[in-house]
Amino acid sequence: MPETIAFYVFSAIAIGASALVIGQRNPMHSVLLLIASFGALAGLYIQLDAPFVAVAQIIIYAGAIMVLFLFVVMLLNAPQEDAAEWDRTHPLRQGVLARFGSLLALLLVVELVWALLGTSDVDRPVGEQAGAAGSVRALGKVLFTEYVFPFEATSVLILVAMVGAVVLARRESDES
Amino acid sequence: MIPLGHYLFVSAVLFAIGTAGVFLRRNLITILLSIEIMLNAVNLTFVAFGRQLGGFDGQIIVFFVMTVAAAEAAVGLAIVIALYRHRESLNPDAFTALKW
Amino acid sequence: MSAAGAVAGEAAGSGRGALTVDLRLLVQLAVIGFTFFMLINASALLVYAERKIMGFMQQRYGPYRVGPHGLFQPLADILKLLMKEELTPKGADRWLFTLAPILAITTAFAAFATVPWGAETTLFGLLDAPVKLGASDVNVGVLVVFATTSMGVYGIVLAGWSSNSKYSLLGGLRSSAQMISYELSYATALSAVILLAGSLSLRETVDAQAGYWLGFIPRWYVFLQPVGFAIYMIAAVAETNRAPFDFPEAEQELVAGYSTEYSSVRFALFPQAEYINMTTAAAVATDLFLGGWHGPFLPPEYGWIWFLVKVAAILFAYIWVRWTVPRYRYDQLMQFGWKWLFPAAVINLIVTAALVLYLDA
Repeated sequence: MPETIAFYVFSAIAIGASALVIGQRNPMHSVLLLIASFGALAGLYIQLDAPFVAVAQIIIYAGAIMVLFLFVVMLLNAPQEDAAEWDRTHPLRQGVLARFGSLLALLLVVELVWALLGTSDVDRPVGEQAGAAGSVRALGKVLFTEYVFPFEATSVLILVAMVGAVVLARRESDES
Repeated sequence: MIPLGHYLFVSAVLFAIGTAGVFLRRNLITILLSIEIMLNAVNLTFVAFGRQLGGFDGQIIVFFVMTVAAAEAAVGLAIVIALYRHRESLNPDAFTALKW
Repeated sequence: MSAAGAVAGEAAGSGRGALTVDLRLLVQLAVIGFTFFMLINASALLVYAERKIMGFMQQRYGPYRVGPHGLFQPLADILKLLMKEELTPKGADRWLFTLAPILAITTAFAAFATVPWGAETTLFGLLDAPVKLGASDVNVGVLVVFATTSMGVYGIVLAGWSSNSKYSLLGGLRSSAQMISYELSYATALSAVILLAGSLSLRETVDAQAGYWLGFIPRWYVFLQPVGFAIYMIAAVAETNRAPFDFPEAEQELVAGYSTEYSSVRFALFPQAEYINMTTAAAVATDLFLGGWHGPFLPPEYGWIWFLVKVAAILFAYIWVRWTVPRYRYDQLMQFGWKWLFPAAVINLIVTAALVLYLDA
C-alpha cells in the first residue's frame, strides 16, 4: 500500500513538473521544475529496485546537466530575452496551429499507450519474478565484462564532447 | 506491487510532453530541456522492462543513455551559446539563413 | 542482554508482540530526530567554536560577555537575526529568492541522512534486535552523500542569480563553478576508498576498518591512503566554500558574495547550511578514513563518543586552517582544482586500483 502511494506521488510530480516545464515563460523556472521532475523519476527508479540508476540520475542529470543548463541560462540572460517575445510566441495564444499541435501530442500519448500496453505481461506486477535485485557489485561486474566495449567507447565520446563544447563556445579571436 | 503497464503509461506521457515541448516552444533552451524529458522517459521504460525481464541489461543501457545525454547537452548548449553570440536571439525562427 | 529482552518479549505473550515492534520503530524515529537535532546543535556550536578559536589564535578572548565565557553567543546571534527585518530586493525573483536558502539548508541536512555515527545499540537490552545508530543505512550510502552535496550547488547559484545584484551574481557564479570543479576530485578520492572497502555503504566501510595491525596501529584507511585523505580534505574544504577557498564570499572582495542581499532568517540559513556541510564532510571523512566509531578502551555501543572526538578534531582543523592560511585568488583556485588536485586524485585512484589488484591476486 505505501508502495502504491509512493508510485502515484512520484508519477504525479514527474508528469506535473514536466508539463509545467514546457509551459513556463522563464527558462530558469523551467530548469528548476525539470530538476524536481528528475528527483521524482529517481524515486521511481528506487521503486524499480535500481538504486544505482536512481543515484546516478541525481548526480548526472539533476546535479550536473541541469547546472550546465542553469549556467547557460544565466550567461545568456535568457529570461529577459524570452519575456519580450512571450506574448507573441506563447504556444497557447498562437491560434489554430498550436492547439492543433497540442492535440497531436495527446494523440501521441494515446498511440504510445496503446502500443505499449500491447506488450506481453503488462498486467503483471513489476518484480514479481525474483530477478537480480539491484546489487551494485553485480551491476559493476556485468558493466565491466559484457559491456566493456560500450563503456570504453563512452569515455571517448565524453572526451570528444568536452573538446567540442570548449571549441564551440569559444569566442572568436580577432585576427585582423 | 505496481503493474508494468503503469510505469509504461508514465513513460509514454513524459515522452509525449517532451515531444510537444520540442515542437511548440520557440526558445532553444526549452527545446533542449524537452529533449532531456524525452530521454528520461526512455530511461524509465528501459529500467521498468529491465526489472520485469530480470538481469541488469536495462540499468546498463540507462547508464549509457545518461552518458550520451550529458555529452549531447554539453555540445548542444555550446552551440546555443555560439548561436546567441551571432544573432542575440534564442528563437529558432531567427536562424533561417539556410532555408531556401 | 538481548537474550533477556527476547525472553521478556516472548513471555509477555502475543498481545505485547506488537508493542515490541512499535518500540523499535519508535527508537528508530527517535534516532533520526536525534540526528537532526544534533546537526542543528552542531551548527550552533560551530558558530561559537569558530569565534572562540579565531579569538585565541588572534591572541584575544573572542566572545566573553554573553553567558559564562560567551557560551550563549550563538543564541544571541540567532535571536538578533530572527528579529531583523525581512527584505526582498526590488528586482528580485521572489520565488527563487525564497527557494534558494530552502534548497541550501535542505540539501545540507539530507546529506547527513546516510552517514552512520555509531555502532548498533540495544538501548541496554530494551530492544530485541539492535538498532543501528544513524538516520538510515542504504547500500549506496556514499553515492547518496555525493548526490546531495552536488545538489547543494543550486542553493548558492540561485541565491546569486535571484538577488538581482552584481556582487551576488558574481559570488554565486564563482562559488558554484568552484563547487562543481572540486566535486570531481572529491568523488575520485572517495572512489579510491570504495575500492579498498569493496562496498558503497558507509557502515560497511567503517566496519572494514575495525581491528589493529601489530596490535596497536588501528586499521584506518588514512594509513593506507594518505594522499587520498589529503585530497579529500582539500576538496571538502573547497566544496563547503571554506578556509583558503572562500573567495566567493570573501568580505574584502565581494561584500558577502551570494548572500549579500539576504537578511534575517533567510540569511541565517546560509551560514547554517555551510556549517552543516562542514559537519557532514567531517563525518564522512571520519567514516571513510579515520575508522568511524572504532577506538580503544570503549565498548562498541559507546563508539559514538570516539566518532564525536574525531569529527571535532577535523572541524577544529577546518577552523584552524581558515584563520591561518591566506585566501586563494579565484583563478589560482580553479587552476589548482583542475590542474593539480584532479590529476593527483586520478593517479591516486589508478595506483590504488593497481595495488588492490596486485595484492589480492
